[in-house]
Amino acid sequence: MTRARVAVALGAIFAVFFALVPFISLHVDWVLPGTVNVVNSTGTLEVLALCFIFAGVALGYDVMFGFTGLLSLGPVMYFATGVYVFDIALTRWNWPLASALGLTFAVSLVLALVLGAIALRVSGIAFTMVTLAFAQAFYYLIEDNPHGLTGGDTGLALSTARLPAFMSGAVSNTRNLYWIAFGFLVLAYAVVWVVTESATGHVFVAIRENERRLEVLGVRPFGYKLASYTLSSLVATGGGVAYILLIGTAVPSAVASTTVTLSILVMVVLGGAGTRWGAVTGAILYVYLQQYLLKVAAQPSFATLPSFLRVPLSQPQFLLGAIFVLFVLFVPGGVAGLVSRRRTPSLKQLVAGQRRKQ
Amino acid sequence: MTVFLSLTFSGVALGAIYFLAASGLSLIYGLMDILNFAHGLFMTLGAYAAWDAATHAPASWGAPVIFVVSLVAAVLGGALAAGLTEVLVIRPLYGRPISQILVTIGLDLAATGLLLGAFGSNPQSLPVPLWMMEASHFAGISLPNADYVAFAGGLVVLIALEWFLRRTRYGIIIRAGVENRTMVSALGINVARAFTLVFVIGGAMAGLAGLLYAVVFSGELVSPTQGDSLLIFAFIVVVIGGLGSIRGSAVAALMVGLVQDYTNFYLGNHPGMAEIGNLSVVLLLAVVLEWRPRGLFGSAL
Repeated sequence: MTRARVAVALGAIFAVFFALVPFISLHVDWVLPGTVNVVNSTGTLEVLALCFIFAGVALGYDVMFGFTGLLSLGPVMYFATGVYVFDIALTRWNWPLASALGLTFAVSLVLALVLGAIALRVSGIAFTMVTLAFAQAFYYLIEDNPHGLTGGDTGLALSTARLPAFMSGAVSNTRNLYWIAFGFLVLAYAVVWVVTESATGHVFVAIRENERRLEVLGVRPFGYKLASYTLSSLVATGGGVAYILLIGTAVPSAVASTTVTLSILVMVVLGGAGTRWGAVTGAILYVYLQQYLLKVAAQPSFATLPSFLRVPLSQPQFLLGAIFVLFVLFVPGGVAGLVSRRRTPSLKQLVAGQRRKQ
Repeated sequence: MTVFLSLTFSGVALGAIYFLAASGLSLIYGLMDILNFAHGLFMTLGAYAAWDAATHAPASWGAPVIFVVSLVAAVLGGALAAGLTEVLVIRPLYGRPISQILVTIGLDLAATGLLLGAFGSNPQSLPVPLWMMEASHFAGISLPNADYVAFAGGLVVLIALEWFLRRTRYGIIIRAGVENRTMVSALGINVARAFTLVFVIGGAMAGLAGLLYAVVFSGELVSPTQGDSLLIFAFIVVVIGGLGSIRGSAVAALMVGLVQDYTNFYLGNHPGMAEIGNLSVVLLLAVVLEWRPRGLFGSAL
C-alpha cells in the first residue's frame, strides 16, 4: 500500500471509531475528561464534541497559516460571527434555522472579503497586527451590546424554540450535538482536503514558500491570499455555529477574545502547521488536555498538594503554554513533524547507509 | 475649553504610557524582527513587582519612598523578565522569526496562567501615595497628579532613549542594526549582545508602563491580564508609527491616546457606544494603513 492509501485507511478507521463513540458505554478509569468515567457519558461526549469543533476551526486556520503562510491573529472574529449572528438570528429575531444559517455565512463571507482585502494590503508582521486589531475591534463591538443584541458581558443564551427537537440543548440530545460537531469536522476536513490538493492549494503553498517568485511567474497572489483567508474564515464560522449549538451560550470572553485566537494558533503549531491531520490532532489534544486538567484540578485530593505544585497544575493555561514553549523550542514541526522525522531518514542515516553500501 | 484642555492633557498622559510600551516593541521588532507578544507580560510583571515591593516595604518609610521603591521594582522586574526571556527562549531560536513569535505567545500564556493561579483573577490593590490622586491646577485646568507623573515619565524616557540611541556606542550599534543587521555583524560587532540589551531596555520601559497604567488608569489595581489588553494598543501604536521608529512610536502614541480620550468623552456616553474609544483607535489604524501602509515614520518592511 502506498503512504497515501495508508493515511486514508487510518483516517477512515478513526472516523468510524469516533462516529460510534456514543454507543460505547465502557467504563474507563483515569483518562476520561467527564465527571463520570464512562465513554459515552454526557460530559465526555461534550468534551469530544468541543475537540471536533476546534479541530475543524484549527484545520481552517491551518489553510491560511500553515499552507499559505499568512499569520493572521483574527480567526476568532469569524468564529464569533458564527456564534453570535446565528444566536442573534434565532434568539432575538426568531428566524427559522435555514435562514439563520444563510445569514450567518453571508455575514461571514462579506466580512472576510472586505476586512481580508483591507488587511492584505499590508504583508508580514503588519498583516498580523492589522488582523489582531480588527478582531479586537470586533470583540469591543460585541462587549458594547449594540441595540441590546449581543447581551454584552453577560452573554446571550441560545433560544431553541425554532430548532428541530433533536438539536435542542437537552441532555438526551448530547449525542446528536456530538454528531453535528463531528459532521462539521468531517465536512471541514473534506473541503480543506479538496482545496489543498487542488491547483489553487498548490498556489497557496507557493505563496508561503516564495511570493516574489510567484509574481515573477505572472501569478497575482492577492486573489489567492484572499481566497485562503476567506475559506479559513468560513470554516471558523461553521465552527462557531456548531459551538453555540453545543454550548448554548455565547460569552464574549470565551468566544471572541484574543485568547481564543492564540489557542487556535497553539493547536495548529502543536500538531504541526501545514499538515491537515497535524492541525486536527493538535486541536483534539489541546482541548482534551485543557478539559482533562480542569477535571484533575477539581479532584478533592488535589487540594492536599503543596501549593508550589497545586498552583501551576491547577492552571491548564500554564501547562499548555509551557508545553507549547517546549514544543516550539525542541520539537519544530509539532506532532506531525515528530512522525515524519521518524519516517524520513536523517542526513546522517542516509550517509551511513551509503557508506555501508560501498 | 477647559474640558477640552483637560481631555488633551489626560490623552497625552495615556499616550505617554502607550509610548513606553510601544517604543520597546518597536525597537525589538526593528532590530530582531520579533513581534514580541511577551511584552504585555513584561508590563504585568512590572506592575506585580511594584505591588510586591510596595506591600512588603515597612510602612515607616513613608508613602513617597515606598512609591519610589515600587517604581524601581517595576523597572527592574520588567527588565529582568525581558532579559531572561531573551537569553532563555529567544536566543535558541535566532534565525527563525516565526518560531520566536510563537515562543513569546506561549510564554505569555504560560506566565499569565501562573499569575492567575498564584494571585487569582481578582485584581490586587497597589499602595500609592494619596498625593498622586490629588488634583493640581495648571494653566486653568485641574488633573490628578498621576497624569502629570505619567506624562513626565514618558517624556524623560523619550529624551533618555533618544540620547542613548544617538550618543552611546551601544545605541549606535542598535540603530545600525535596525538599519542593516547583516552589515553590522559583518563588521565584527556582536549583535547578539545588542539583542539582549534591547530586550532589557524594552522590558524596563514595559515594567514602568505597567505600573503607570495601573496607577493612572486602572484605579491602582494590578491584574494578571491587564498587560495583554495594553499590548494590543501598543501594537497599534507601533504599526501606525512605523515599525522600528522611536519617533514614530512617540507621535503615534500621542495620536492614539488623544483619539481614544476625545472619542470616549464626546461619544462614549451614547448608548451602545461605551467602547467607541477603542473602536476609533482601530479605525485610525485602518485609515493610516490605507494611506501609508508602512506607517507614519516607517521606512521598509
